[in-house]
Amino acid sequence: MSEMRDVVVIGGGPAGLACAVALFRLGVKDVLLLEREPQLGGILRQCIHDGFGLGRFHQALSGPEYAQRFIDQMVSLGVPYETDATVTEVTPERLVTFASPSGIRKIQARTVVFAMGCRERTRGALAIPGERPSGVYTAGTAQAYVNLYNRMVGKDVVILGSGDIGLIMARRLTLEGAHVKAVYEILPHPSGLKRNIHQCLDDYGIPLYLSRTVTDIHGASRLTGVTVSKVDERLQPIAGTEEEVSCDTLILSVGLIPETELEQDAGIPLDPHTKGAVVDEHLESRTPGFFSCGNVLHVHDLVDNVSDEAERTAQSVKRFLEGTLEQGMIPVTGGEGVSVVVPQMISGRDPVTFSLRVRKEMGPCTLSVRQQGKAVFSKALPKALPAEMVVATVPPGVFAPVGDVEVMVSC
Amino acid sequence: MSASFDVLVIGGGVIGSAVARELSRYRLSLAVVEQNLDVCNETSGRNTGVCHGGFAYDTGSWKAKLCVQGNQMMGDLSEELGFDFRRSGKVLVGNTPAERASLEKTREQGIRNGVQGLEMIDSERLHRMIPGVIGQFALYSPQSGIIDPFGYTIALAENAAWNGVLYFFAHPATEAHFHNGIWTVIAGGEEFRSRWVVNASGIGYRAVSDMLGFPPYHVVYSKDDYIILDDRLGKDVPMPIYTVPSNTYMGIHVTPTTDGNLLLGPTAENTGDNRYYGVEKKNIDALVQNAMAIWPHFTKADFIRTYSGILAKWADENGVIQDFRMEVKNHAVNLVGMESPGLTASVPIARHVIALMEEEEKFPENPSFCPERPKPLQFREMSDQEREEAIRKDPRWGKLVCRCRKVSQAEILQAIDNPLGVHTMTGIKYRTHTMMGRCQGGYCQMAIEQMVEQETGEKPQDVRYCREGSWMFTGKVREAGR
Repeated sequence: MSEMRDVVVIGGGPAGLACAVALFRLGVKDVLLLEREPQLGGILRQCIHDGFGLGRFHQALSGPEYAQRFIDQMVSLGVPYETDATVTEVTPERLVTFASPSGIRKIQARTVVFAMGCRERTRGALAIPGERPSGVYTAGTAQAYVNLYNRMVGKDVVILGSGDIGLIMARRLTLEGAHVKAVYEILPHPSGLKRNIHQCLDDYGIPLYLSRTVTDIHGASRLTGVTVSKVDERLQPIAGTEEEVSCDTLILSVGLIPETELEQDAGIPLDPHTKGAVVDEHLESRTPGFFSCGNVLHVHDLVDNVSDEAERTAQSVKRFLEGTLEQGMIPVTGGEGVSVVVPQMISGRDPVTFSLRVRKEMGPCTLSVRQQGKAVFSKALPKALPAEMVVATVPPGVFAPVGDVEVMVSC
Repeated sequence: MSASFDVLVIGGGVIGSAVARELSRYRLSLAVVEQNLDVCNETSGRNTGVCHGGFAYDTGSWKAKLCVQGNQMMGDLSEELGFDFRRSGKVLVGNTPAERASLEKTREQGIRNGVQGLEMIDSERLHRMIPGVIGQFALYSPQSGIIDPFGYTIALAENAAWNGVLYFFAHPATEAHFHNGIWTVIAGGEEFRSRWVVNASGIGYRAVSDMLGFPPYHVVYSKDDYIILDDRLGKDVPMPIYTVPSNTYMGIHVTPTTDGNLLLGPTAENTGDNRYYGVEKKNIDALVQNAMAIWPHFTKADFIRTYSGILAKWADENGVIQDFRMEVKNHAVNLVGMESPGLTASVPIARHVIALMEEEEKFPENPSFCPERPKPLQFREMSDQEREEAIRKDPRWGKLVCRCRKVSQAEILQAIDNPLGVHTMTGIKYRTHTMMGRCQGGYCQMAIEQMVEQETGEKPQDVRYCREGSWMFTGKVREAGR
């Protein structure tokens, strides 16, 4: 009795939008995109700073401008979508249930594209010791309050974590009159993009302290201050290095986690390293007919890469619907110097775009791909930083039909 | 303001609210003064949420007697008042002959206390009940259960309010005088006159007890730290897993909540400060280590939150923890050492309080008393068909605001419009269970905060997260231009 669709795309942020638009352009028109918010655009709606689209459009767009380019195409192409529509369940048989103010609807999809994005790691997830006053915000929450809801979150601000949203918020809160005292990063290197360190901290004289973390939070009602400690090479606080910093606001920019609840409910296998689905080079999960792209698959730093990945997903969905997509069965692992790599499986027949992160900062280095110990592809990189995702495409005809693949980056 | 009441209850926690609700069965004018902005901000909302069986307390003690009574009535109460309760059962696991002997003694004490169904179970049965548990044998208490402590306290208070009890929040009691048979209590700077006063101040009982002219009690504050784990784990732990208890401490346990989260705790450390709820790193590490010894199937990635609660116990001059003490002098009822199992025993405690009062004065029945408080409808508990019907009547049921717990806009509006007039962010959290899931409000809190402002007309700078002083915003980023 339920409605049928070739494709249901879950999420109307950059990944879902690019995927749905690309599907339509490829001639796959029996698509429905579902978005839980009242508007399309996802997290880009609150990213009012510029720098989006440098790779794709060679222009520094704001987040809403970047999103609008895709929303305009959605509208001009007539891609069907629903807003205020929250998916409550996806079954392994691809029955998608969603709630909206018009009711409960069930759609039997031939393919499902997960594009739900990610959520922020919280104070509780890190188990930062101390009291639980108000004034402790994740960077994205503070950004939403300031940029979407016109609410000013505090006056004297400390930022923990040098992730990009934290850096952006350091600048944003400074521009709105807050005193951002410092950014503390537990790692010995920054987590955000270099350009954000320059444009958001250096330009405003906000100090960044590495190898330090917040070890206590004070305040019974509103935050009154934090204790900051230096950490050793195992990231453990060093006793005797505590420093008290008074502040009324603590912004946490300490990591993003793919929001995979619906995938977990549908029984889709996840990668413990990326925390997203295990996929092949077609962005298809281990359960046929389920695809993932964008931050729900692995956390990106540039939206341009998300859009590219979503468009490649659209091509795979089209092939799946045509019955010409074969699942990749060759396992891929991250070797020397690599912390995470996507895809985790390949077919060996098609071109493969690897997205990976390195473990430590490197100067000129080489990305190499081996199959059963034999080098099959390499690419010179001018530099590699943990904060910046490395993307490399291996042409078809390189891989043998069997044999484990390893991706590594070394100097 | 100067208001007059028959009974003034000082403290709106689970016991104060149970006393108020039970007193509302009589034709009396009743008020509760509460220092916080909601009813479950101290011990009542900061515990394990276990409905205790009553086997762990000395036979003949009030703790044993009232806990067993409270346990027996909890199922009916949860139906009547509409809060989450599950008679899950509970195990106390052991590994050594000494632990077996100790559990045997606990079982015998439980039987003497009137606890039903206690039995020793072997490893095979234990592991059939909880596959991942570590333990060779266990004492199984089928009557023990789990309660939503927020839902329970709120339900008692809302039912009390429905039956005419007035709640005054942000009214800490600071003075009390007894003159010509009338108490005058200053709370929140205002004067309350009352023929009776009940001290249900929980962690603050000593100060109020002194104010009411009782002898100085020796308080021991015991601070309990906890870690909350992701609700994906709850299905693997169908009932609380405890270790072998001592006389005064139940040990670190692994307990499912009615929402499906797991709690690791408590630490139980004596403290001199009844206002400090910070959790130290050494305690986080100790909780993990101890919980791993009985249920090792979690990692740091499952952490959602830490919290802490304080029990105000009563000890003798040697520091030995004493029983509940309930006493009357000059029309003042003093509740001393109301710690665990106060949540389980709250309604029997309230009934005993009334029995003590009725030794001096018979109260007339309130013919219009309504014992029922309907449970607020919840999207997550509805079938798709029920959801469809609810949305047809009110489309706001179809707008999900909280994804982790599937809470609709309609439920949040219903919670903001609560009978107690509470509109802190945590007030909405405890009533709807939004902001309690793994994203900790990362997705929903902005929308909820906007609804609070819209429904209450509060300015951004006046919205409170939990306590007085817990402001959320300095104001707007900028005022709208012309």
